[in-house]
Amino acid sequence: METLYNVLIDPFVQMYGMPDFFLQVLWEGLVSGVLYALIALGFVLIFKSSRIFNFAQGIMVVFAALSLVGLHTFLVPFVGNEFVAAAIAMPLTLGIMYALAMSVERVVLRPLVGQPDIILFMATIGITMFLIGFGEFVFGGENKVMITEALGIPTGAIEFEPFGGFLLLEEKDVFAVVMAIVLVISLLVFLNKSAMGRAIRALGDDHTAALSVGISLSTIWVLVWFIAGVIALATGVVWGARAGVSFALEVIAYKALPVLMLGGLESVSGAIIGGIAIGLLEKVFEIYWGQPLFGGNTETWFAFIFALIVLLFRPQGLFGEKIIERV
Amino acid sequence: MFYRTSGQFKTTYESDQALFPIKQDMVLLVVILAAMYVIFPMFASEFTYKALLVPVLIYSLASLGLNILTGYAGQLSLGTAGFMGVGAYACYKITTIFPEMNIIVALFLSGFFSAAVGVAFGLPSLRIKGFYLAIATLASQFFLVWLFEKWAWLYNYNASGAIEVRTMDIFGLVVTGPNASPMVQYYFVLGIVSVVTFAMINLTRGRYGRTWKAVRDMDIAAELVGINLMRAKLSAFAVSSYIVGIAGALMVFFWKGAAEPNLFDIPMSFQIVFIAIIGGLGSVMGNFLGAILIVALPVVLNLLPEMLGLSIGSATMEHVNVMVVGSLIIMFLIVEPHGLARFWALIREKLIIWPFPH
Repeated sequence: METLYNVLIDPFVQMYGMPDFFLQVLWEGLVSGVLYALIALGFVLIFKSSRIFNFAQGIMVVFAALSLVGLHTFLVPFVGNEFVAAAIAMPLTLGIMYALAMSVERVVLRPLVGQPDIILFMATIGITMFLIGFGEFVFGGENKVMITEALGIPTGAIEFEPFGGFLLLEEKDVFAVVMAIVLVISLLVFLNKSAMGRAIRALGDDHTAALSVGISLSTIWVLVWFIAGVIALATGVVWGARAGVSFALEVIAYKALPVLMLGGLESVSGAIIGGIAIGLLEKVFEIYWGQPLFGGNTETWFAFIFALIVLLFRPQGLFGEKIIERV
Repeated sequence: MFYRTSGQFKTTYESDQALFPIKQDMVLLVVILAAMYVIFPMFASEFTYKALLVPVLIYSLASLGLNILTGYAGQLSLGTAGFMGVGAYACYKITTIFPEMNIIVALFLSGFFSAAVGVAFGLPSLRIKGFYLAIATLASQFFLVWLFEKWAWLYNYNASGAIEVRTMDIFGLVVTGPNASPMVQYYFVLGIVSVVTFAMINLTRGRYGRTWKAVRDMDIAAELVGINLMRAKLSAFAVSSYIVGIAGALMVFFWKGAAEPNLFDIPMSFQIVFIAIIGGLGSVMGNFLGAILIVALPVVLNLLPEMLGLSIGSATMEHVNVMVVGSLIIMFLIVEPHGLARFWALIREKLIIWPFPH
């Protein structure tokens, strides 16, 4: 009875008893959920257009953030001004991400066209390892601080007092959410309205048909990897502002995987909804069930188990394409 | 010339279906086994045992387990290290609860625990396929490592949270713990790996192996010709996790001597997937070739600058190492996506007709 009470009733009593704290938990969950959604979006874009399960997306986040901070540190003595240095480092980092996209397409993907999915997946793990080694080699392995102020990201906090309680929103989290929304909207506009975006979607629908109407595979792949790189940079900036820049950030890439399972590997909206759902649920579970009942740190596996259970009912995720199999 | 198969006639079905229908294969195997059992121990130093020979054997075994699941039955798994952990912790608990038990018995018993856990996490494979399944197996990975950390009973409520192997002996010969000689441990691991490999070569040739291959190639078609999918997939998960569990127990008891939960974290899973893929999916021998490459390569790379007379900081070296291994993996995938086993098959075919190419 005691256990049942602890599992079924007590958490809700606490939620109702301290609504301001519950709101705070929800907000924290929402912020991480938005970031999971961003990473998952990078996965989905690449998977849609090339059927490559890009494991390197997580490390691209770290690599982009590291490049930005590294370049900034390198530039400050020359320019003498933090803000100018950041203004130069930003486009340079974008250039690095473009060069990365180009070289991945040229060196890795082009020779591997037509290989089984698992081989391409392994190749992206190879890219992951290379980027880890390369990033540590060039920028050093130690933890770095994101150049939050130089980029003009607000660092204060906003306080609310709902239900006579207390709610604290960090401004950089608000910035993260706003930026994510802007990014997603502009991405959707790009995918739906521009010629390039339509080409990406065409490639996702039917490879051969897209090729036969003259869409260049390699151009689109470079473009898609570059967009994934831009998303990675944006994620890296906001996540780095919260937790510092180091290769420990890599773990958030694993968090994007259950998001993909939940939302479906091909669905842009699935990635967004799945990300936010998982961010919220895992936070709420950790605070109200995980810490009192399981000794905490349940965030490492909750999302996976939850997505697994959902998948048992919908094997292609909530918004994924229905898998039709023929003999 | 050395691999000439002409003149070797088969007059019965038994001899045609034999394990080594070609005499030279048998000779080669005898040479390799002789090298492993006799020649290596004559020259190996303690460092060679600890850094090369024993790890290669253990990783080969783990990769063999994964290969049963991924290469033969076609179910991609990224949670291998978690199941290794189950084997290791099960063996640890068995040897603490029954201190008198022979370590060999404990090893083979602990495999059953990982097999049971493997079947439980294999159940979703009946509904979920492809990459969705691969991510689903990550659930077991993260959940199991978390469990190893939080469930204090598993590590006997140690303050450090790690498991440590005490000294154990078989008929007076010390095999585990800090006092065991590396050579004894090497022979022990080698013996177990040989037995399991032999069993698996035969299993994959037989009814189960053929069922798994049918499921791998197309599971709907396999179901239509009357294969029980549930039994095929779950048996693959069971056998695979059994071997992987033994490999995990061997790793902790005969190599590392102690283990923390994060030993069984995701990098090791990936390492084993690499070994299986670089070695060759759907091949028993490939696991050994892959393990030699993946395990030995970093060791050699570490020694290389010293031999060339360069002085590079160990941290830098490690970063370069990761980079080189990553690019080599990509290179191998590009050059031969079917792995080293395929390489060997091509060489063998060439050798058979050598020196006349047509």
